[in-house]
Amino acid sequence: MGEKLPKVPGDPDTLSRPMRTLRVKMVLLGSSGVGKSSLALQFCKDEFRRTSPTVGCAYLTQVVHLREVTLRFEIWDTAGEEKYHSVTPLYYRGAHAALLVYDISNRDTFIRAQVWLRELEKQYLSGSTVLWLVGNKGDLEQRRQVSAQEGQSLANDRGLFFTETSALSGDQVEQLLLGVAHRVCECVGAQQGALSEWKETPHVDLCHRNTFNPFASCCKVGP
Amino acid sequence: MEGDSQRASASWENGTLAPGEHLRSDRADSPLPGLVEGTEPGAGQKSAMFVHAQSFEDLTAEAEEEVRREAEINKSGDGEEELKVLVGEKEQHSSDMTSESRTKEEDVTSEAWRSHRKHVFVLSDAGKPIYTRYGTEEALSSTMGVMMALVSVVEAEKNIIRSIQADGCKVVFLTKSPLVLVGVSRTCQSDKELLRELHYIYYQIVSLLTLTQLNNIFKNKQNYDLRRLLAGSEYLTDNLLTRLERDPGLLLSAVTCLPLASSTRDTVSSSLQAAKSKNLVFSILLAGDRLVTLLRKKDQFLHHIDLHLVFNLVGSSSSFREGEGWTPICLPKFNTAGFFHAHISYLEPASELCLILVSTDREDFFNMSDCKKRFMERLSKRSAYPALKEALKSPTYSVEQVGIPELRHFLYKSKSSGLYTSPEFPDVYKSDCEQERLMGLYQDLHSSLHHPTRPLRYVYRCGDTENLLAWVTSGFELYLCFSPLGTKALAVAAVTKLLKWIRKEEDRLFILSPLTY
Repeated sequence: MGEKLPKVPGDPDTLSRPMRTLRVKMVLLGSSGVGKSSLALQFCKDEFRRTSPTVGCAYLTQVVHLREVTLRFEIWDTAGEEKYHSVTPLYYRGAHAALLVYDISNRDTFIRAQVWLRELEKQYLSGSTVLWLVGNKGDLEQRRQVSAQEGQSLANDRGLFFTETSALSGDQVEQLLLGVAHRVCECVGAQQGALSEWKETPHVDLCHRNTFNPFASCCKVGP
Repeated sequence: MEGDSQRASASWENGTLAPGEHLRSDRADSPLPGLVEGTEPGAGQKSAMFVHAQSFEDLTAEAEEEVRREAEINKSGDGEEELKVLVGEKEQHSSDMTSESRTKEEDVTSEAWRSHRKHVFVLSDAGKPIYTRYGTEEALSSTMGVMMALVSVVEAEKNIIRSIQADGCKVVFLTKSPLVLVGVSRTCQSDKELLRELHYIYYQIVSLLTLTQLNNIFKNKQNYDLRRLLAGSEYLTDNLLTRLERDPGLLLSAVTCLPLASSTRDTVSSSLQAAKSKNLVFSILLAGDRLVTLLRKKDQFLHHIDLHLVFNLVGSSSSFREGEGWTPICLPKFNTAGFFHAHISYLEPASELCLILVSTDREDFFNMSDCKKRFMERLSKRSAYPALKEALKSPTYSVEQVGIPELRHFLYKSKSSGLYTSPEFPDVYKSDCEQERLMGLYQDLHSSLHHPTRPLRYVYRCGDTENLLAWVTSGFELYLCFSPLGTKALAVAAVTKLLKWIRKEEDRLFILSPLTY
């Protein structure tokens, strides 16, 4: 396992010098049952649990501290089922990072990931979004149907980043999130104003309700 | 999506579904029988919270209209011969089918499969399998083909097939183009009850896709395999069928509330009322399967079927426990044409309390998320949250609290509020099997009270294992279950006592002052 992600938002280092917190919109796409929700759960809670199929979409957040900046990942964990595909563009629109997840023990999901890729490529110019191909269920080595080389070469051809993970064991999951964080900073963050700053919602003071609406800022941002 | 709420609201203006505005200032002090609607224990003080449908009747009204238009199926002469041939064919077909195992591993040729108490099949107009409760759709494609043939043969003679009685089995058909639903039951439920259940399944499917989408799909491609779109949601239908067997709310067309001090409930409601937003139509706070409170936009009403579909969605999936859920959902009794968008989240990861915020705008996620935050802040500020959590520890009550000898269980529904109350099942009925049996008895009584041509007002039934009394007035519906030692005189005397008790406890057991925003 690589370096541990600092998961405590308020460690003394960050408190002493105020660091900018930037919002990163990340979307998880892929067929149903490839482990998108399990990955999201690993990102955010560092644990594995069997989940029931996602209904619509689940929204989770996780803070990642880098050397110069803190990133607040807003993760949209989409449902893989076909009936929800019509609403999926809502979630990947404006995303800074998109993870295309497939199951290494199921070739159909690999093909499906390429369909998602084509759809995303129609929307984005390369460089504005970090696209990451993720072969999940690395723990099912015996039932592997998609080799790591195949994933890697697809990624090379189409200019994607590539990682194989196991949401079950947690293998490579942290590294993946950290990798995405670095790439987002390099690729997207370089463009001025591409990432908006995130401000902690001030404590609501009921007495001043009428004069100050702390929520006005985030209401304008669509999913 | 913008115009959806407006469009949908128009559908209520036909007058039949709008709740009547009763003046309830003069609530009767003593809950005597003969109470009129709106003054019975549990009746809301201001206005009804739900669509004031004649519940059960409303559900089947559509079907009955059709009956009026079309003659009952003529079961004599050639028609019968034809049916017999087809039924015979069905037997043949199902016996030479190969078993296929997927998730629902079951051999559809086996005796075990045949002897399930209730089968439910959904197929398309073209006879393509969409859902089966037991076994796999693939293995049953020819059986479903026969079902479709039965429907079409009768249709060809400008008639509608309603049901077939055969060999201790009842086969009930519901045609809701582009879908056909078939129930095969060995229970003693009436056709009407079975039809009601099939309607629920129909609405369940519509709630995932909308009727508009469903129609478009089949208009473009008649032999479309709808399972593609329903993949991953079969469990919702499975769970709904289980609920239909266990949940009195689905039988009574009502929902039950978490017992809560009225001051706490009022605080929770007003906190939710304050957390409003432009496109927010309904805010629903649930504790498991129990309603804590429900807020609605003024002039918009939720139908209990829609609410039960929401309950089913939330109760069937653990996915809302991780983060905040955001999903399109069609509330078919509100509007079959469009999606609402529901923000679904638990107040705490391990909590039973689940907040559902229904918006008309699909881009409203952050607004809804914000409403939740504001609600939580208000709730904590006004210290209602600890009280609410405390109430969760006793989500139900025992029948002993009522103090009626030999009384084991009861269901009481206030018609005007659409809410019901019921104690927990006593030890005798703790097992699933006994619970389903008691529910079956209640269903029976329900059928008698709501018989389409000969409805009864009272039923008293003596059995070996329990004695039952059912009573319906214009204000309430009551089902009592006594031990076999109870007598009829005791049962009749118990009614007044029970109504008095419910009146005394109504603050806690019902939502008497529903709010709107």
